[in-house]
This record gives sequence, C-alpha cells and structure tokens, in this order.
Amino acid sequence: SVSPGSPLPSLPLSRFLPCSSHGSPTLLSPQAAMTKLAQWLCGLALLGSAWAALALAPPGLQPPGPLRQALLPLPVYLLVAFGCYSLATVGYRLATFNDCEEAAAELQEHIRAARADLRRRGLRL
Amino acid sequence: SVLLPTYNERDNLPLVVWLLARTFSDSGIDFEIIIIDDGSPDGTQEVAQQLEKIYGSDKILFLFPSGTAYIHGMKYATGDFIVIMDADLSHHVRLQKQKEGNFDIVSGTRYKGNGGVYGWDLKRKLISRGANFLTQVLLRPGASDLTGSFRLYRKEVLQKLMERCVSKGYVFQMEMIVRARQLGFTVGEVPISFVDRVYGESKLGGNEIVSFLKGLLTLFATT
Repeated sequence: SVSPGSPLPSLPLSRFLPCSSHGSPTLLSPQAAMTKLAQWLCGLALLGSAWAALALAPPGLQPPGPLRQALLPLPVYLLVAFGCYSLATVGYRLATFNDCEEAAAELQEHIRAARADLRRRGLRL
Repeated sequence: SVLLPTYNERDNLPLVVWLLARTFSDSGIDFEIIIIDDGSPDGTQEVAQQLEKIYGSDKILFLFPSGTAYIHGMKYATGDFIVIMDADLSHHVRLQKQKEGNFDIVSGTRYKGNGGVYGWDLKRKLISRGANFLTQVLLRPGASDLTGSFRLYRKEVLQKLMERCVSKGYVFQMEMIVRARQLGFTVGEVPISFVDRVYGESKLGGNEIVSFLKGLLTLFATT
C-alpha cells in the first residue's frame, strides 16, 4: 500500500527501459513526434467523434435515413472486416511461407567441408 | 566487423566462423569476427580461442562479456560496417552481397523474396506469421521481418541507434529498425534462409510468446 506523499513503488520494467533522447532528436518526419499508441488514440478519437456526431446526433440534425442506418453499425462492420482481412492475410502468408530445402542441403555440405577443413587446421572439437 | 554474441554454441561456433571466413574471402571483403561469449559452461570460450589461433587475431577477436554484448563488442570493432547475427547457424550465411543500394541498414528477412525457413512445423510458422502481422499493424516498421536477427549496419548508424534506446534481447533488434526509420535511415532487405538450429534446441514456448507480446506493446507505447 502506498501512503500519500511517499514515492510510488518502482514497476518491474527492468527488461524494457523507456527510451531517452539526448537533446532534441532530429525529427525527419512529423510522425516521429508521436508514439504509435498516441497516433492510434488520435486517429480513433477523430474517427470516433465523427461517427458519434453523425450517428448519435439529435433528431433535428440527423443525416438522411439510409445513411444513418449504415452509419450506426459501421464500427462493428469495420472491426469484422479487419478481422477477416487479418485471417486472410496471415493464412495466405502461412501458405506461401518458403521452405528452404536446398538451403538446408547446402548447409549440410558446408558443415561437412567446414569440419574437415577445421580439423586439418588444428581445431579440437 | 561481425559481432557474434554466443551462449553455449560450442558446436555451432566453428562452423559459423568457417562459413563467414569463407564467404568474406570469396567476396574479397576484409573482415573481422568479434565473439562475445556470455560465460558459456559448455566450452564455447575454448573453441573461440582456438579459432583465434587458427585464423589470427586480426580476424578473430574473443571478448569476455561486459555489460551488453553489442555495446562491448562495438568498442573493438574496426570495420566500417557491422554485422549482427546469431551464432546458431540459423541464417545460413551466404548473403554478404548487401550494401548494393548504399543502405544504412540491411536487414535479413524470412518473409520476402526467396527467404524462408527450413524444419519448421505448421504451428511455428503460424505463430511467426501471426506475430509478424501484429507487429506490422502496430508498429508499421517499413521492414518485413523485425526478428530475423541478421543485420548489417553502417558503423555510425549503429552507434547512433544504440545510444538512443535500450531494450533487451530481441526486442532491442525490433526497436533498432523502428527508430532507424524514424530517424530517416534507409533500410534495405535481403532474403535469408533460416535453417532450424543444427545443433542445440530452439526455444519457442509460451514464455517466449508472452515476452514477445510484452515487448511489442512496450514498443507500441514508447516509439
């Protein structure tokens, strides 16, 4: 438990130290200023507020009927679409993952040659 | 300069060194191999020292560990380019033809060109592709393979990157590429063949996956 005024216990993040930048880093792109998390949050906030403004507007300001009907479940549609895209992409990449048969065979040859050569040159394994 | 951090690679190390030496001399590239052993109990150090005698200490340098292997090894590196790779014969060293295109960094990829793997079952491939997909979505790194662990860096580029951030383990490798992109360095890719460990065991259990996710999320939140 932490009493007010005492320093917070340090978190066990010893494996992952936060990045420190010395002085001002050379920012060669505006994206470098924001972390990926911040970019995502900004993007989501933007899209989310646009959607909310349109879909949840009071009756006087609502967009026309069909548009509104499509708009309301849009976030879920997009999520599902992204899910399908992810599965399809990973599935495709899995299926086309190269098996390096000849690389493995070549490697075995190299190993034989290496052991012979090194033994000749005095390596005691 | 090739930086080879090792741990219990007594069987693989001489083969890797031999392959590297042959590849470099076939291409006429001047090289040195810096072996940094993390206190292996299996006799890796003796093997490294024997290799140093065989190839000469201008070609092979053996260092005892001191802090982070890469940072330590960098101090002794005299090359203009630094290669960082695993010593477990995973990469089948036959692609030193990088540097065409004058890239700041060249990264090995298992996922493009004729890069690939050997000896992987479906589960391992699925996990690999899944993890990579997640990485691409979250980090948009501009490189197809962040954990292939075979890289070539221009020396100044590596120094600048290493002083920026410190993660540990392979998360460090991922972070390097992400930061490199942010800093505007050019990253080229080269297909590599990731042949499953010839000697020794490869680790991909639940623990590895959890720590990968932790690392990924940390990078997501901090870069």
